[in-house]
Amino acid sequence: MTTSTEPLAFQDLILTLHRYWGEQGCAILQPYDIEVGAGTLHPATVLRALGSKPWKAAYVQPSRRPGDGRYGENPNRLQHYYQYQVILKPNPDNLQELYLGSLAAIGIDPKLHDIRFVEDDWENPTVGAWGLGWEVWCDGMEVTQFTYFQGVGGIEVDVVSGELTYGLERLAMYVQGVDNVYDLKFTKEGLTYGEVFLENERQQSEANFHGYDVDGLKRRFEDMVAEVSRLLALTGPQGQPLVLPAYDQVLKASHLFNLMDARGAIAVAERQSYIGRIRELCKACATAYVERERGEA
Amino acid sequence: MPQLLLEIFSEEIPARMQQGAARDLDRMVSDRLKAAGLTWDALTTYAGPRRLTLVIDGLPAATPDREEEIKGPKASAPEQALEGFLRKTGLTRDQLTERDGVLYAVLSSKGRATTDLIAETVDQVIRAFPWPKSMRWGSGSLRWVRPIKRILCLFDGKVVPFEIDGIQSDAITEGHRFLGSGQLLKASDFVDYRTQLEREFVLLDVADRKLRILEEAKAACAARGLVLVDDDGLLDEVAGLAEWPTPILGDMDPQFLALPPEVVRLSMKVHQKYFAVRSSPPSGGSTREAGEGGAPQLAPNFLVVANVEATDGGKALAAGNSRVLSARLNDARFFWDEDQKVGFDAWNEKLKGVTFHAKLGTLAERVERIAALAREIAPLVGADADQAETAARLCKADLASGMVGEFPELQGIMGGYYARLAGYPDAVADAVRDHYKPQGPADTVPTAPVTVAVALADKLDTLVGFFAIDEKPTGSKDPFALRRAALGVIRLVLENGVRLSLGGVLFGVAVASKFGAPTGILAFFADRLTVLLRDQGQRHDLVAAVFALGDDDLVRIVRRVEALAAFLATDDGANLLAGYKRASNILRAEEKKGPVPTGMVQTGLPNQPEAETTLAFAVNAARTAVETALESEDFAAAMTALAALRAPVDAFFEAVMVNSEVPEERDNRLKLLGQVRDVMGQVADFGQIAG
Repeated sequence: MTTSTEPLAFQDLILTLHRYWGEQGCAILQPYDIEVGAGTLHPATVLRALGSKPWKAAYVQPSRRPGDGRYGENPNRLQHYYQYQVILKPNPDNLQELYLGSLAAIGIDPKLHDIRFVEDDWENPTVGAWGLGWEVWCDGMEVTQFTYFQGVGGIEVDVVSGELTYGLERLAMYVQGVDNVYDLKFTKEGLTYGEVFLENERQQSEANFHGYDVDGLKRRFEDMVAEVSRLLALTGPQGQPLVLPAYDQVLKASHLFNLMDARGAIAVAERQSYIGRIRELCKACATAYVERERGEA
Repeated sequence: MPQLLLEIFSEEIPARMQQGAARDLDRMVSDRLKAAGLTWDALTTYAGPRRLTLVIDGLPAATPDREEEIKGPKASAPEQALEGFLRKTGLTRDQLTERDGVLYAVLSSKGRATTDLIAETVDQVIRAFPWPKSMRWGSGSLRWVRPIKRILCLFDGKVVPFEIDGIQSDAITEGHRFLGSGQLLKASDFVDYRTQLEREFVLLDVADRKLRILEEAKAACAARGLVLVDDDGLLDEVAGLAEWPTPILGDMDPQFLALPPEVVRLSMKVHQKYFAVRSSPPSGGSTREAGEGGAPQLAPNFLVVANVEATDGGKALAAGNSRVLSARLNDARFFWDEDQKVGFDAWNEKLKGVTFHAKLGTLAERVERIAALAREIAPLVGADADQAETAARLCKADLASGMVGEFPELQGIMGGYYARLAGYPDAVADAVRDHYKPQGPADTVPTAPVTVAVALADKLDTLVGFFAIDEKPTGSKDPFALRRAALGVIRLVLENGVRLSLGGVLFGVAVASKFGAPTGILAFFADRLTVLLRDQGQRHDLVAAVFALGDDDLVRIVRRVEALAAFLATDDGANLLAGYKRASNILRAEEKKGPVPTGMVQTGLPNQPEAETTLAFAVNAARTAVETALESEDFAAAMTALAALRAPVDAFFEAVMVNSEVPEERDNRLKLLGQVRDVMGQVADFGQIAG
């Protein structure tokens, strides 16, 4: 990275994005406290994208991809990494310009680097969500997923949200000019990403691939699934369905599925059926959420 | 005459959709303007990453006054029909005209200002535009491929006023996102628009963008003694990804050249959209992708087409791209290394869990069938049966490998590499690599016997299976590429001179696969062969004439067609054909009256014309010669034998009256003509031949 100033440390990258998107009127939220496979799954994105109420938020979300673990031995692949997530609903007309502003804020000069919007239509079959947009490339590297949500939970959206998902480690590696994620400077003073996370990758990889008890995972998956329907049938103090707790159980079920998958416990023939079950649960939550909002209006 | 300039300026349009959109815009606007009675001098559309542009020169300022005559009911038609017609046209009975008992209405309409028509047309076109995928944005309801930012619409230098879902038409556009001045550009006409855009680093015409890419890319390569590996598909794509495409040559870590060149190229192309670069020019300025015989020897470089002319000359940008490529190739090397640890047995085991088609079982079951079949076919193509079976058992394994999971295009190719590394003989590895061939009419046909056996087995299994479950191609729909598979079989058989009874082989496959009878499959092959031969310039009727004999040996069929074509091109052939037609017409006429006599032709009858006896001897001689020739499949000799009939046939028709009043004479002559037809019919059904 050829900038006159010192490239941003990992945490400073996050702080810079927080400041930038905070100034654009986003609520700066904290990571959701349940394991998710992608920042989109945070209820601040998936559920808030439904209905017609305006919403602006930004947050960091750890993404758990048990099958992607490489015991800390691959310089680019992690089973736990961070996404920076921004959602703006409805999407402002100048979302692309706002986004480019965020790149400038972290020190990427578009006259020195090649920024490209390359077609990539995003889809997450597990939560029945889809949208049109791009992968944003910086010098050939995908640094952000830029999506205009068209549907969530199998339901077409009323108002379109613009969603930005930055791959923080990749972006930081790019900004710092580092080839191995574990060499990233986490702090300006020189604490490395490896010092923070390498041991975690080793232990979690082992547990993901060999450690977890498959029968236990399956049992818990079934429990979570049952819990979703149970919760959705209950009502809260204002007569609302318990969508938020129910959705939490969907996330847990989804993570359990990912763990089973990493353990190699999902036969090819079963796979679609598992994904279909999670999608149905998600759809039930989304439908209840939308009905609740319509009821309020 | 006035000019129309329209630009729909949006966020980045997917590269693969741009040129289709330019055609759709052309068609949709043309259709609507024509329907209003307008004509013009020239219409051109342009598509690029952020804009669709249309310019029409010489468009009249108003649409013409028009009179349209509409045909109505007959004057004698019932009252209701007349009433309906009057309602439709809004006229009264006395305004209709009558001609030949039919009523006509003449509707006249005043011309209108073209500006109004344009405003209406743009609205309709935008709302009905057939994007492969479209989206909504913000709180609006309009759909487009990506959000529309502006619409520039000028007619005769003035803005055509309209508003579509909150977007007001204007004379304003924007230049390059990063290289431009950032000022809004106000256009007065097309030339001004295009000039200003170019000054602001936007090449409007995709042809200009491609030219710039090729020229600068080749120059950048040449400056370092390198050669660009042309790739038209990639060129089309990158020309749709940059408004100011700027080729930059970058360096790649040479250690990655140890990977198979196909992997390196595909990784560059699919993930990064880079062109590959060769080190030494074989001849000329650039080189195509090498066909059979391997991929080109790559240089440790890549060529990226950026969208900016970077202020540092592209140094930072090239370094960044190089790092990304290294990460990609590291991934590829990971698959390459891991795959070698896994191997064929584990992959084949995985195929047991992969469904090929719900009614045709798993891939593992398919491999079993192909292996058995390859073994059967091996002796027919001169291949070692054990090797053919071994290759067939390996041929689909790479579908379960990491590399093919990442790059499906490398199916077969990776299997070939892995088989060689695992120590299998070259014949087996080559067969694994090439058994998908030929993949299309332009692809080369394998010639190595083991490969031919596996390639045939692979395709025959597919064809028999899908025909048995009645998944045949219909019209333009051929989801399982069965036409390609059948053409592949035909080309493998013909180009390798494989002698087999296709019907017998297909029957054998069907019995072994237990899927049931593949009805109609032989006719399907016949159609494909006809198409192939027609494409090679063979007359359709000659193919039909040979097919009528019921042969199912493709090699023999084609040889016969070729010999027949050569024969008919000769004077003897053409005249004999005429003689045949004459004989067969006479016989057909007689057959209508009753049974036509057959049997021995008498010679030496009293008063028998010499031409008759000469023909009788000639037919006997020809029969023997034709039979001998056909037995040894010497079709040229068979034709020569027939050629000997030409003079006697001509002389016979010249000198002899078939319909003699003497019944014995007539019977004898009819028998003789029947024999001429039968002898010729052994070679081809001349009745099917035009001429």
